Amino acid sequence: MREERRPASFYALGTFFVLFVLFLYGPLSAIVLLSFQGPDGGLTFPMIGWSTHWFQALFEQQRVGDFKGSFLRSFKLGLIVMALTVVISFAAGLAFRKRFRGASFIFYLAVASLIVPSILVSLGVGLLFRILDIETTWWSSGLGAHLTWTLPFGLLIMFAVFNRFNKSYEEAARDLGATPWQTIRHVVLPIVAPSLVGVGLFGFTLSYDEFARSLLAVGTRNTLPLEIYGMTTNITSPALYALGTVTTAFSFLVVGGCLAATTIIQRRRARRMPAGPKP
Amino acid sequence: MRVGRSRVAAAAPYLQVAPLAAVLGVFLVFPIALIAVVSFWDYTEYALIPDFTFRNYWELFSSVVTYKTYLSTLRFAAITWAVTLVVGFTVAYFLAFHVRTLKWQMTLFLVCTIPFWTSNIIRMISWIPFLGRNGILNSTLIAMGVIREPLEFLLFSEFSTVLAYVHLYALFMVVPIFNSMMRIDRSLIEAAVDCGASGWRVVREVVLPLSKPGIAIGSIFVVTLVMGDFVTVRLMSGGQSTSVGLMMANQLAYLQYPAAAANAIVLLAVVLLIVAAMMRIVDIRKEL
Repeated sequence: MREERRPASFYALGTFFVLFVLFLYGPLSAIVLLSFQGPDGGLTFPMIGWSTHWFQALFEQQRVGDFKGSFLRSFKLGLIVMALTVVISFAAGLAFRKRFRGASFIFYLAVASLIVPSILVSLGVGLLFRILDIETTWWSSGLGAHLTWTLPFGLLIMFAVFNRFNKSYEEAARDLGATPWQTIRHVVLPIVAPSLVGVGLFGFTLSYDEFARSLLAVGTRNTLPLEIYGMTTNITSPALYALGTVTTAFSFLVVGGCLAATTIIQRRRARRMPAGPKP
Repeated sequence: MRVGRSRVAAAAPYLQVAPLAAVLGVFLVFPIALIAVVSFWDYTEYALIPDFTFRNYWELFSSVVTYKTYLSTLRFAAITWAVTLVVGFTVAYFLAFHVRTLKWQMTLFLVCTIPFWTSNIIRMISWIPFLGRNGILNSTLIAMGVIREPLEFLLFSEFSTVLAYVHLYALFMVVPIFNSMMRIDRSLIEAAVDCGASGWRVVREVVLPLSKPGIAIGSIFVVTLVMGDFVTVRLMSGGQSTSVGLMMANQLAYLQYPAAAANAIVLLAVVLLIVAAMMRIVDIRKEL
Protein backbone atom coordinates (compact mmCIF):
# COMPACT_ATOMS: atom_id res chain seq x y z
CA MET A 1 0.00 0.00 0.00
CA ARG A 2 2.94 2.32 0.54
CA GLU A 3 4.42 2.26 -2.94
CA GLU A 4 3.76 5.24 -5.15
CA ARG A 5 3.36 3.38 -8.41
CA ARG A 6 0.20 1.36 -8.81
CA PRO A 7 0.68 -2.33 -9.57
CA ALA A 8 -0.55 -3.76 -12.88
CA SER A 9 -3.32 -5.60 -11.04
CA PHE A 10 -4.80 -2.20 -10.13
CA TYR A 11 -5.50 -1.46 -13.78
CA ALA A 12 -6.94 -4.91 -14.45
CA LEU A 13 -9.21 -4.74 -11.43
CA GLY A 14 -10.06 -1.12 -12.15
CA THR A 15 -11.20 -2.08 -15.64
CA PHE A 16 -13.31 -4.88 -14.16
CA PHE A 17 -14.86 -2.40 -11.74
CA VAL A 18 -15.70 0.06 -14.52
CA LEU A 19 -17.30 -2.74 -16.54
CA PHE A 20 -19.32 -3.74 -13.48
CA VAL A 21 -20.59 -0.18 -13.07
CA LEU A 22 -21.47 -0.06 -16.78
CA PHE A 23 -23.28 -3.37 -16.36
CA LEU A 24 -25.29 -1.85 -13.51
CA TYR A 25 -26.11 1.48 -15.13
CA GLY A 26 -25.96 0.81 -18.90
CA PRO A 27 -29.36 -0.86 -19.40
CA LEU A 28 -31.01 1.67 -17.10
CA SER A 29 -29.69 4.61 -19.08
CA ALA A 30 -30.89 2.98 -22.31
CA ILE A 31 -34.49 2.94 -21.10
CA VAL A 32 -34.21 6.52 -19.84
CA LEU A 33 -33.19 7.59 -23.36
CA LEU A 34 -35.83 5.44 -25.02
CA SER A 35 -38.61 6.83 -22.85
CA PHE A 36 -38.15 10.11 -24.75
CA GLN A 37 -38.97 8.37 -28.06
CA GLY A 38 -41.08 10.29 -30.53
CA PRO A 39 -44.75 9.25 -30.87
CA ASP A 40 -43.85 6.87 -33.71
CA GLY A 41 -40.88 5.33 -31.92
CA GLY A 42 -40.66 1.72 -30.86
CA LEU A 43 -39.20 -0.35 -28.02
CA THR A 44 -35.66 -0.31 -29.42
CA PHE A 45 -33.22 2.15 -30.92
CA PRO A 46 -33.03 4.11 -33.19
CA MET A 47 -34.80 7.09 -31.69
CA ILE A 48 -37.51 8.35 -34.04
CA GLY A 49 -37.62 11.94 -32.88
CA TRP A 50 -37.72 13.15 -29.29
CA SER A 51 -40.83 13.84 -27.26
CA THR A 52 -42.49 13.55 -23.88
CA HIS A 53 -45.41 11.82 -25.57
CA TRP A 54 -45.01 8.60 -23.55
CA PHE A 55 -44.87 10.42 -20.24
CA GLN A 56 -48.19 12.06 -21.05
CA ALA A 57 -49.64 8.66 -21.96
CA LEU A 58 -48.63 7.48 -18.50
CA PHE A 59 -50.93 9.87 -16.72
CA GLU A 60 -54.00 9.04 -18.79
CA GLN A 61 -55.48 6.29 -16.70
CA GLN A 62 -57.34 4.38 -19.38
CA ARG A 63 -54.28 3.99 -21.59
CA VAL A 64 -51.78 2.33 -19.32
CA GLY A 65 -53.59 1.15 -16.23
CA ASP A 66 -53.89 2.92 -12.93
CA PHE A 67 -50.43 4.45 -12.62
CA LYS A 68 -51.37 7.38 -10.42
CA GLY A 69 -53.51 5.40 -7.99
CA SER A 70 -50.99 2.62 -7.55
CA PHE A 71 -48.15 5.11 -7.17
CA LEU A 72 -50.00 6.95 -4.41
CA ARG A 73 -50.79 3.69 -2.63
CA SER A 74 -47.16 2.56 -2.80
CA PHE A 75 -45.99 5.97 -1.62
CA LYS A 76 -48.31 5.99 1.39
CA LEU A 77 -47.52 2.38 2.23
CA GLY A 78 -43.79 3.13 1.93
CA LEU A 79 -44.08 6.02 4.38
CA ILE A 80 -46.03 3.96 6.92
CA VAL A 81 -43.56 1.06 6.60
CA MET A 82 -40.68 3.52 6.96
CA ALA A 83 -42.02 5.06 10.17
CA LEU A 84 -42.85 1.69 11.74
CA THR A 85 -39.52 0.18 10.69
CA VAL A 86 -37.55 3.01 12.29
CA VAL A 87 -39.48 2.93 15.57
CA ILE A 88 -39.72 -0.85 15.94
CA SER A 89 -36.11 -1.55 14.89
CA PHE A 90 -34.73 1.15 17.19
CA ALA A 91 -36.73 -0.19 20.15
CA ALA A 92 -35.70 -3.77 19.39
CA GLY A 93 -32.09 -2.65 18.95
CA LEU A 94 -32.19 -1.16 22.45
CA ALA A 95 -33.66 -4.37 23.84
CA PHE A 96 -30.89 -6.49 22.34
CA ARG A 97 -28.24 -4.49 24.18
CA LYS A 98 -29.49 -6.06 27.40
CA ARG A 99 -29.98 -9.69 28.26
CA PHE A 100 -33.50 -10.98 28.10
CA ARG A 101 -35.11 -14.35 27.79
CA GLY A 102 -35.86 -15.40 24.23
CA ALA A 103 -33.34 -12.98 22.75
CA SER A 104 -31.66 -15.50 20.49
CA PHE A 105 -35.01 -16.98 19.48
CA ILE A 106 -36.24 -13.60 18.29
CA PHE A 107 -32.94 -12.89 16.58
CA TYR A 108 -33.16 -16.13 14.61
CA LEU A 109 -36.80 -15.39 13.83
CA ALA A 110 -35.73 -12.10 12.27
CA VAL A 111 -33.02 -13.87 10.25
CA ALA A 112 -35.57 -16.49 9.20
CA SER A 113 -37.78 -13.67 7.97
CA LEU A 114 -35.05 -12.72 5.50
CA ILE A 115 -34.39 -16.28 4.42
CA VAL A 116 -37.95 -17.51 3.92
CA PRO A 117 -38.78 -17.06 0.22
CA SER A 118 -41.01 -14.00 -0.18
CA ILE A 119 -43.72 -15.89 -1.99
CA LEU A 120 -44.24 -18.01 1.15
CA VAL A 121 -44.93 -14.93 3.24
CA SER A 122 -47.30 -13.71 0.58
CA LEU A 123 -49.09 -17.05 0.40
CA GLY A 124 -49.25 -17.42 4.19
CA VAL A 125 -50.60 -13.94 4.84
CA GLY A 126 -53.07 -14.33 1.98
CA LEU A 127 -54.26 -17.68 3.39
CA LEU A 128 -54.53 -16.29 6.92
CA PHE A 129 -56.81 -13.46 5.85
CA ARG A 130 -58.77 -15.73 3.56
CA ILE A 131 -59.45 -18.28 6.27
CA LEU A 132 -60.30 -15.61 8.85
CA ASP A 133 -62.53 -14.12 6.16
CA ILE A 134 -60.96 -10.67 6.41
CA GLU A 135 -60.45 -8.72 3.21
CA THR A 136 -56.77 -8.27 2.27
CA THR A 137 -55.82 -4.62 1.78
CA TRP A 138 -52.53 -2.83 1.26
CA TRP A 139 -52.73 -1.08 4.63
CA SER A 140 -53.42 -4.22 6.70
CA SER A 141 -52.15 -7.53 5.30
CA GLY A 142 -49.92 -5.73 2.80
CA LEU A 143 -48.34 -3.63 5.54
CA GLY A 144 -47.67 -6.70 7.69
CA ALA A 145 -46.12 -8.64 4.82
CA HIS A 146 -43.81 -5.71 4.00
CA LEU A 147 -42.74 -5.34 7.63
CA THR A 148 -41.53 -8.96 7.68
CA TRP A 149 -39.04 -7.88 4.99
CA THR A 150 -38.01 -4.42 6.27
CA LEU A 151 -37.77 -5.11 10.03
CA PRO A 152 -34.97 -7.70 9.82
CA PHE A 153 -32.90 -5.27 7.74
CA GLY A 154 -33.63 -2.52 10.27
CA LEU A 155 -32.68 -4.80 13.16
CA LEU A 156 -29.41 -5.88 11.53
CA ILE A 157 -28.49 -2.23 10.94
CA MET A 158 -29.26 -1.44 14.58
CA PHE A 159 -27.02 -4.33 15.64
CA ALA A 160 -24.20 -2.97 13.53
CA VAL A 161 -24.76 0.50 15.03
CA PHE A 162 -24.90 -0.59 18.66
CA ASN A 163 -21.91 -2.93 18.29
CA ARG A 164 -19.86 0.20 17.55
CA PHE A 165 -21.61 2.38 20.12
CA ASN A 166 -19.42 3.89 22.81
CA LYS A 167 -21.15 3.20 26.12
CA SER A 168 -19.22 5.83 28.04
CA TYR A 169 -21.54 8.54 26.69
CA GLU A 170 -24.47 6.88 28.38
CA GLU A 171 -22.50 6.32 31.56
CA ALA A 172 -21.59 9.99 31.59
CA ALA A 173 -25.26 10.92 31.20
CA ARG A 174 -26.23 8.58 34.01
CA ASP A 175 -23.50 9.95 36.28
CA LEU A 176 -24.88 13.41 35.67
CA GLY A 177 -28.25 12.18 36.88
CA ALA A 178 -30.16 11.55 33.66
CA THR A 179 -33.09 9.14 33.80
CA PRO A 180 -33.03 6.17 31.37
CA TRP A 181 -35.55 7.97 29.18
CA GLN A 182 -33.50 11.19 29.17
CA THR A 183 -30.41 9.18 28.29
CA ILE A 184 -32.12 7.69 25.28
CA ARG A 185 -33.76 10.95 24.21
CA HIS A 186 -30.78 13.28 24.62
CA VAL A 187 -27.76 11.00 24.22
CA VAL A 188 -28.46 7.76 22.35
CA LEU A 189 -30.98 9.06 19.84
CA PRO A 190 -28.92 12.00 18.55
CA ILE A 191 -25.84 9.78 18.18
CA VAL A 192 -27.61 7.10 16.15
CA ALA A 193 -29.81 9.55 14.18
CA PRO A 194 -27.89 9.25 10.89
CA SER A 195 -28.22 5.44 11.05
CA LEU A 196 -31.92 5.79 11.69
CA VAL A 197 -32.18 7.77 8.46
CA GLY A 198 -30.55 4.75 6.81
CA VAL A 199 -33.05 2.40 8.44
CA GLY A 200 -35.86 4.62 7.18
CA LEU A 201 -34.41 4.60 3.67
CA PHE A 202 -34.31 0.80 3.73
CA GLY A 203 -37.87 0.69 5.05
CA PHE A 204 -39.24 3.00 2.39
CA THR A 205 -37.46 1.68 -0.68
CA LEU A 206 -37.79 -2.02 0.18
CA SER A 207 -41.52 -1.51 0.59
CA TYR A 208 -41.86 0.77 -2.44
CA ASP A 209 -40.23 -1.85 -4.69
CA GLU A 210 -41.57 -5.00 -3.07
CA PHE A 211 -43.29 -7.35 -5.46
CA ALA A 212 -43.43 -10.96 -4.24
CA ARG A 213 -44.56 -10.19 -0.69
CA SER A 214 -47.29 -7.91 -2.04
CA LEU A 215 -48.66 -10.37 -4.56
CA LEU A 216 -51.26 -12.18 -2.47
CA ALA A 217 -51.29 -9.74 0.42
CA VAL A 218 -52.37 -6.33 -0.89
CA GLY A 219 -55.82 -7.27 -2.11
CA THR A 220 -57.59 -5.96 -5.18
CA ARG A 221 -55.97 -2.53 -5.31
CA ASN A 222 -52.48 -2.90 -6.73
CA THR A 223 -49.35 -1.27 -5.40
CA LEU A 224 -46.97 0.14 -8.01
CA PRO A 225 -44.70 -2.90 -8.57
CA LEU A 226 -47.76 -5.11 -9.15
CA GLU A 227 -49.16 -2.53 -11.56
CA ILE A 228 -45.83 -2.33 -13.41
CA TYR A 229 -45.73 -6.11 -13.60
CA GLY A 230 -49.19 -6.15 -15.13
CA MET A 231 -48.11 -3.50 -17.61
CA THR A 232 -45.10 -5.51 -18.78
CA THR A 233 -47.45 -8.12 -20.17
CA ASN A 234 -49.88 -5.81 -21.97
CA ILE A 235 -47.97 -2.67 -22.90
CA THR A 236 -45.61 -2.86 -25.82
CA SER A 237 -44.88 0.84 -26.23
CA PRO A 238 -42.20 3.13 -24.80
CA ALA A 239 -44.78 4.12 -22.15
CA LEU A 240 -43.30 1.19 -20.24
CA TYR A 241 -39.89 2.88 -20.31
CA ALA A 242 -41.44 6.21 -19.33
CA LEU A 243 -42.84 4.42 -16.31
CA GLY A 244 -39.39 3.00 -15.57
CA THR A 245 -37.82 6.44 -15.87
CA VAL A 246 -40.38 8.04 -13.56
CA THR A 247 -40.14 5.41 -10.80
CA THR A 248 -36.35 5.26 -11.02
CA ALA A 249 -36.08 9.05 -10.85
CA PHE A 250 -38.34 8.97 -7.82
CA SER A 251 -36.17 6.29 -6.12
CA PHE A 252 -33.03 8.32 -6.82
CA LEU A 253 -34.73 11.40 -5.37
CA VAL A 254 -35.50 9.52 -2.15
CA VAL A 255 -31.96 8.10 -1.87
CA GLY A 256 -30.46 11.52 -2.61
CA GLY A 257 -32.69 13.14 0.00
CA CYS A 258 -31.63 10.65 2.66
CA LEU A 259 -27.94 11.01 1.82
CA ALA A 260 -28.29 14.79 2.03
CA ALA A 261 -30.07 14.46 5.39
CA THR A 262 -27.30 12.32 6.91
CA THR A 263 -24.59 14.61 5.55
CA ILE A 264 -26.31 17.65 7.04
CA ILE A 265 -26.72 15.96 10.42
CA GLN A 266 -23.07 14.96 10.48
CA ARG A 267 -21.81 18.39 9.36
CA ARG A 268 -23.87 20.17 11.96
CA ARG A 269 -22.54 17.81 14.60
CA ALA A 270 -18.93 18.24 13.48
CA ARG A 271 -19.37 22.00 13.75
CA ARG A 272 -20.83 21.73 17.23
CA MET A 273 -17.92 19.76 18.68
CA PRO A 274 -14.87 20.69 16.68
CA ALA A 275 -12.15 19.09 18.79
CA GLY A 276 -13.88 16.25 20.63
CA PRO A 277 -13.72 12.61 19.57
CA LYS A 278 -16.46 11.47 17.22
CA PRO A 279 -18.97 9.05 18.66
CA MET B 1 -39.46 3.66 44.59
CA ARG B 2 -36.18 1.87 44.04
CA VAL B 3 -37.83 -1.50 43.75
CA GLY B 4 -40.31 -0.04 41.25
CA ARG B 5 -37.59 1.37 39.10
CA SER B 6 -35.54 -1.81 38.94
CA ARG B 7 -38.67 -3.72 38.01
CA VAL B 8 -39.27 -1.28 35.18
CA ALA B 9 -35.65 -1.71 34.10
CA ALA B 10 -36.04 -5.48 34.07
CA ALA B 11 -39.21 -5.25 31.99
CA ALA B 12 -37.77 -2.68 29.57
CA PRO B 13 -36.15 -5.05 27.03
CA TYR B 14 -39.35 -7.12 26.83
CA LEU B 15 -41.42 -4.02 26.12
CA GLN B 16 -38.87 -2.78 23.59
CA VAL B 17 -38.78 -6.03 21.66
CA ALA B 18 -42.52 -6.69 21.89
CA PRO B 19 -43.57 -4.85 18.69
CA LEU B 20 -40.98 -6.74 16.64
CA ALA B 21 -42.00 -10.05 18.16
CA ALA B 22 -45.67 -9.25 17.55
CA VAL B 23 -45.17 -8.40 13.86
CA LEU B 24 -43.03 -11.47 13.21
CA GLY B 25 -45.46 -13.65 15.14
CA VAL B 26 -48.58 -12.51 13.31
CA PHE B 27 -47.12 -12.08 9.81
CA LEU B 28 -44.39 -14.72 9.69
CA VAL B 29 -44.75 -17.55 12.20
CA PHE B 30 -48.50 -17.81 12.12
CA PRO B 31 -48.85 -17.65 8.32
CA ILE B 32 -46.15 -20.27 7.83
CA ALA B 33 -47.73 -22.55 10.42
CA LEU B 34 -50.96 -22.06 8.50
CA ILE B 35 -49.27 -23.03 5.23
CA ALA B 36 -48.09 -26.21 6.94
CA VAL B 37 -51.63 -26.97 8.11
CA VAL B 38 -53.26 -26.17 4.77
CA SER B 39 -50.75 -28.37 2.95
CA PHE B 40 -52.64 -31.32 4.43
CA TRP B 41 -56.05 -30.00 3.37
CA ASP B 42 -58.09 -31.19 0.45
CA TYR B 43 -59.53 -28.93 -2.21
CA THR B 44 -61.89 -28.72 -5.15
CA GLU B 45 -61.97 -26.17 -7.96
CA TYR B 46 -63.76 -23.65 -5.78
CA ALA B 47 -63.28 -24.58 -2.11
CA LEU B 48 -60.72 -25.51 0.53
CA ILE B 49 -61.70 -28.54 2.59
CA PRO B 50 -60.12 -28.92 6.04
CA ASP B 51 -58.80 -32.47 6.16
CA PHE B 52 -55.70 -34.49 6.93
CA THR B 53 -54.60 -35.95 3.65
CA PHE B 54 -51.21 -36.57 2.09
CA ARG B 55 -52.74 -36.05 -1.36
CA ASN B 56 -50.88 -32.80 -2.04
CA TYR B 57 -47.49 -34.21 -1.10
CA TRP B 58 -48.22 -37.43 -2.94
CA GLU B 59 -49.13 -35.55 -6.11
CA LEU B 60 -46.08 -33.34 -5.74
CA PHE B 61 -43.59 -36.16 -5.29
CA SER B 62 -45.11 -38.48 -7.89
CA SER B 63 -44.80 -35.95 -10.69
CA VAL B 64 -41.68 -35.82 -12.84
CA VAL B 65 -42.33 -32.10 -13.39
CA THR B 66 -41.63 -31.44 -9.72
CA TYR B 67 -38.14 -32.91 -9.86
CA LYS B 68 -37.36 -31.16 -13.11
CA THR B 69 -38.55 -27.85 -11.68
CA TYR B 70 -36.53 -28.20 -8.48
CA LEU B 71 -33.45 -29.20 -10.46
CA SER B 72 -33.87 -26.24 -12.81
CA THR B 73 -34.24 -23.88 -9.84
CA LEU B 74 -31.20 -25.34 -8.09
CA ARG B 75 -29.24 -25.00 -11.31
CA PHE B 76 -30.16 -21.33 -11.64
CA ALA B 77 -29.21 -20.82 -8.00
CA ALA B 78 -25.84 -22.56 -8.47
CA ILE B 79 -24.91 -20.66 -11.65
CA THR B 80 -26.00 -17.32 -10.24
CA TRP B 81 -24.14 -18.03 -7.00
CA ALA B 82 -20.92 -18.86 -8.83
CA VAL B 83 -21.06 -15.79 -11.08
CA THR B 84 -22.04 -13.34 -8.34
CA LEU B 85 -19.35 -14.77 -6.08
CA VAL B 86 -16.59 -14.15 -8.62
CA VAL B 87 -17.94 -10.71 -9.56
CA GLY B 88 -18.69 -9.72 -5.97
CA PHE B 89 -15.32 -10.83 -4.64
CA THR B 90 -13.43 -9.03 -7.40
CA VAL B 91 -15.36 -5.78 -7.01
CA ALA B 92 -15.10 -5.85 -3.22
CA TYR B 93 -11.39 -6.65 -3.41
CA PHE B 94 -10.77 -3.73 -5.73
CA LEU B 95 -12.68 -1.36 -3.45
CA ALA B 96 -11.12 -2.59 -0.22
CA PHE B 97 -7.50 -3.01 -1.26
CA HIS B 98 -6.82 -0.96 -4.37
CA VAL B 99 -8.76 2.22 -3.73
CA ARG B 100 -6.58 4.16 -1.36
CA THR B 101 -8.65 6.74 0.45
CA LEU B 102 -11.71 6.04 2.55
CA LYS B 103 -13.56 8.86 0.84
CA TRP B 104 -13.14 7.26 -2.59
CA GLN B 105 -13.92 3.81 -1.23
CA MET B 106 -17.22 5.05 0.13
CA THR B 107 -18.06 7.04 -3.01
CA LEU B 108 -17.44 4.09 -5.33
CA PHE B 109 -19.26 1.77 -2.93
CA LEU B 110 -22.25 4.11 -3.07
CA VAL B 111 -22.12 4.12 -6.86
CA CYS B 112 -22.48 0.32 -6.74
CA THR B 113 -25.34 0.35 -4.26
CA ILE B 114 -27.61 3.00 -5.80
CA PRO B 115 -29.22 0.77 -8.49
CA PHE B 116 -30.22 -1.54 -5.65
CA TRP B 117 -32.72 1.06 -4.47
CA THR B 118 -34.72 0.96 -7.69
CA SER B 119 -37.45 -1.38 -8.85
CA ASN B 120 -36.36 -4.93 -9.74
CA ILE B 121 -38.97 -5.22 -12.44
CA ILE B 122 -37.80 -2.02 -14.12
CA ARG B 123 -34.23 -3.30 -13.96
CA MET B 124 -35.29 -6.48 -15.71
CA ILE B 125 -37.21 -4.60 -18.40
CA SER B 126 -34.17 -2.43 -19.00
CA TRP B 127 -32.45 -5.39 -20.69
CA ILE B 128 -35.04 -5.51 -23.48
CA PRO B 129 -33.65 -2.65 -25.63
CA PHE B 130 -30.17 -4.02 -25.01
CA LEU B 131 -30.57 -7.71 -25.79
CA GLY B 132 -33.61 -7.82 -28.06
CA ARG B 133 -33.65 -9.04 -31.65
CA ASN B 134 -33.12 -5.48 -32.89
CA GLY B 135 -31.41 -4.44 -29.70
CA ILE B 136 -28.20 -2.53 -29.16
CA LEU B 137 -25.98 -5.60 -28.85
CA ASN B 138 -27.27 -7.35 -31.98
CA SER B 139 -27.14 -4.19 -34.12
CA THR B 140 -23.62 -3.44 -32.92
CA LEU B 141 -22.40 -6.96 -33.66
CA ILE B 142 -24.03 -6.89 -37.10
CA ALA B 143 -22.54 -3.47 -37.86
CA MET B 144 -19.13 -4.76 -36.84
CA GLY B 145 -19.58 -7.74 -39.13
CA VAL B 146 -19.20 -10.30 -36.35
CA ILE B 147 -22.56 -11.92 -37.06
CA ARG B 148 -25.01 -11.78 -39.98
CA GLU B 149 -28.26 -12.77 -38.32
CA PRO B 150 -29.30 -11.39 -34.95
CA LEU B 151 -28.57 -13.75 -32.05
CA GLU B 152 -31.86 -15.12 -30.76
CA PHE B 153 -30.61 -16.58 -27.50
CA LEU B 154 -29.82 -13.20 -25.93
CA LEU B 155 -33.28 -12.27 -24.74
CA PHE B 156 -36.04 -14.48 -23.30
CA SER B 157 -33.75 -17.40 -22.65
CA GLU B 158 -31.81 -19.07 -19.85
CA PHE B 159 -28.98 -16.71 -20.67
CA SER B 160 -31.03 -13.57 -20.08
CA THR B 161 -32.51 -15.08 -16.92
CA VAL B 162 -29.09 -15.67 -15.39
CA LEU B 163 -27.94 -12.26 -16.59
CA ALA B 164 -30.90 -10.63 -14.85
CA TYR B 165 -30.24 -12.57 -11.64
CA VAL B 166 -26.62 -11.45 -11.62
CA HIS B 167 -27.69 -7.89 -12.38
CA LEU B 168 -30.22 -7.89 -9.54
CA TYR B 169 -28.33 -9.77 -6.86
CA ALA B 170 -24.57 -9.17 -7.40
CA LEU B 171 -24.82 -6.39 -4.85
CA PHE B 172 -25.95 -8.77 -2.11
CA MET B 173 -22.55 -10.40 -2.58
CA VAL B 174 -20.50 -7.19 -2.89
CA VAL B 175 -21.77 -5.59 0.33
CA PRO B 176 -21.02 -8.34 2.90
CA ILE B 177 -17.70 -9.29 1.28
CA PHE B 178 -16.63 -5.63 1.22
CA ASN B 179 -17.65 -5.38 4.87
CA SER B 180 -15.51 -8.41 5.78
CA MET B 181 -12.54 -7.17 3.78
CA MET B 182 -12.61 -3.74 5.37
CA ARG B 183 -12.09 -5.39 8.76
CA ILE B 184 -8.99 -7.31 7.71
CA ASP B 185 -6.00 -5.99 9.61
CA ARG B 186 -3.73 -4.43 6.98
CA SER B 187 -0.62 -5.47 8.89
CA LEU B 188 -1.44 -9.11 8.14
CA ILE B 189 -1.08 -8.35 4.46
CA GLU B 190 2.13 -6.45 4.95
CA ALA B 191 3.45 -9.37 6.97
CA ALA B 192 2.59 -11.78 4.17
CA VAL B 193 4.25 -9.51 1.60
CA ASP B 194 7.35 -9.14 3.81
CA CYS B 195 7.54 -12.90 4.06
CA GLY B 196 7.73 -12.97 0.27
CA ALA B 197 4.17 -13.92 -0.69
CA SER B 198 3.14 -12.93 -4.19
CA GLY B 199 0.03 -10.78 -4.71
CA TRP B 200 -1.97 -13.77 -5.82
CA ARG B 201 -0.85 -15.80 -2.82
CA VAL B 202 -1.86 -13.00 -0.43
CA VAL B 203 -5.35 -13.05 -1.96
CA ARG B 204 -5.62 -16.82 -1.72
CA GLU B 205 -4.13 -17.40 1.70
CA VAL B 206 -4.90 -14.22 3.62
CA VAL B 207 -7.77 -12.29 2.06
CA LEU B 208 -9.93 -15.22 0.97
CA PRO B 209 -10.04 -17.05 4.33
CA LEU B 210 -10.68 -13.82 6.22
CA SER B 211 -13.50 -12.87 3.82
CA LYS B 212 -15.32 -16.15 4.41
CA PRO B 213 -18.00 -14.74 6.70
CA GLY B 214 -18.92 -12.10 4.11
CA ILE B 215 -18.94 -14.72 1.38
CA ALA B 216 -21.24 -16.92 3.46
CA ILE B 217 -23.70 -14.10 4.17
CA GLY B 218 -23.72 -13.02 0.52
CA SER B 219 -24.21 -16.61 -0.60
CA ILE B 220 -27.17 -17.07 1.74
CA PHE B 221 -28.82 -13.96 0.29
CA VAL B 222 -28.20 -14.84 -3.35
CA VAL B 223 -29.19 -18.48 -3.08
CA THR B 224 -32.40 -17.84 -1.12
CA LEU B 225 -33.43 -14.99 -3.42
CA VAL B 226 -32.97 -17.13 -6.53
CA MET B 227 -34.61 -20.20 -4.96
CA GLY B 228 -37.79 -18.27 -4.17
CA ASP B 229 -37.94 -16.22 -7.34
CA PHE B 230 -40.61 -16.41 -9.96
CA VAL B 231 -40.86 -12.94 -11.52
CA THR B 232 -37.41 -13.02 -13.12
CA VAL B 233 -37.98 -16.45 -14.61
CA ARG B 234 -41.38 -15.44 -15.92
CA LEU B 235 -40.25 -12.14 -17.43
CA MET B 236 -36.80 -13.06 -18.68
CA SER B 237 -36.96 -16.71 -19.77
CA GLY B 238 -39.76 -16.22 -22.30
CA GLY B 239 -41.53 -19.32 -21.01
CA GLN B 240 -38.52 -21.53 -21.72
CA SER B 241 -37.56 -22.12 -18.11
CA THR B 242 -39.41 -22.72 -14.94
CA SER B 243 -38.83 -22.39 -11.22
CA VAL B 244 -40.44 -23.60 -8.04
CA GLY B 245 -41.82 -20.12 -7.37
CA LEU B 246 -43.38 -20.01 -10.82
CA MET B 247 -44.87 -23.47 -10.29
CA MET B 248 -46.43 -22.21 -7.04
CA ALA B 249 -47.69 -19.04 -8.72
CA ASN B 250 -49.40 -21.18 -11.37
CA GLN B 251 -51.00 -23.39 -8.73
CA LEU B 252 -52.25 -20.26 -6.97
CA ALA B 253 -53.66 -18.89 -10.22
CA TYR B 254 -55.89 -21.99 -10.32
CA LEU B 255 -56.72 -21.48 -6.62
CA GLN B 256 -55.06 -24.77 -5.70
CA TYR B 257 -53.95 -23.37 -2.35
CA PRO B 258 -53.26 -26.72 -0.62
CA ALA B 259 -51.10 -27.90 -3.53
CA ALA B 260 -49.17 -24.62 -3.48
CA ALA B 261 -48.86 -24.93 0.31
CA ALA B 262 -47.31 -28.39 0.08
CA ASN B 263 -44.93 -27.08 -2.55
CA ALA B 264 -44.09 -24.13 -0.30
CA ILE B 265 -43.25 -26.40 2.63
CA VAL B 266 -40.93 -28.52 0.48
CA LEU B 267 -39.27 -25.38 -0.93
CA LEU B 268 -38.81 -24.01 2.59
CA ALA B 269 -37.22 -27.30 3.70
CA VAL B 270 -34.80 -27.23 0.76
CA VAL B 271 -33.86 -23.58 1.37
CA LEU B 272 -33.37 -24.13 5.11
CA LEU B 273 -31.13 -27.13 4.43
CA ILE B 274 -28.92 -25.07 2.13
CA VAL B 275 -28.80 -22.17 4.59
CA ALA B 276 -28.04 -24.46 7.53
CA ALA B 277 -25.08 -25.82 5.58
CA MET B 278 -23.83 -22.29 4.94
CA MET B 279 -24.43 -21.12 8.51
CA ARG B 280 -21.95 -23.71 9.71
CA ILE B 281 -19.27 -21.51 8.23
CA VAL B 282 -20.31 -18.28 9.90
CA ASP B 283 -21.86 -16.79 13.04
CA ILE B 284 -23.91 -13.95 11.55
CA ARG B 285 -24.33 -12.04 14.78
CA LYS B 286 -20.59 -11.65 15.28
CA GLU B 287 -20.14 -10.23 11.82
CA LEU B 288 -22.21 -7.06 12.07
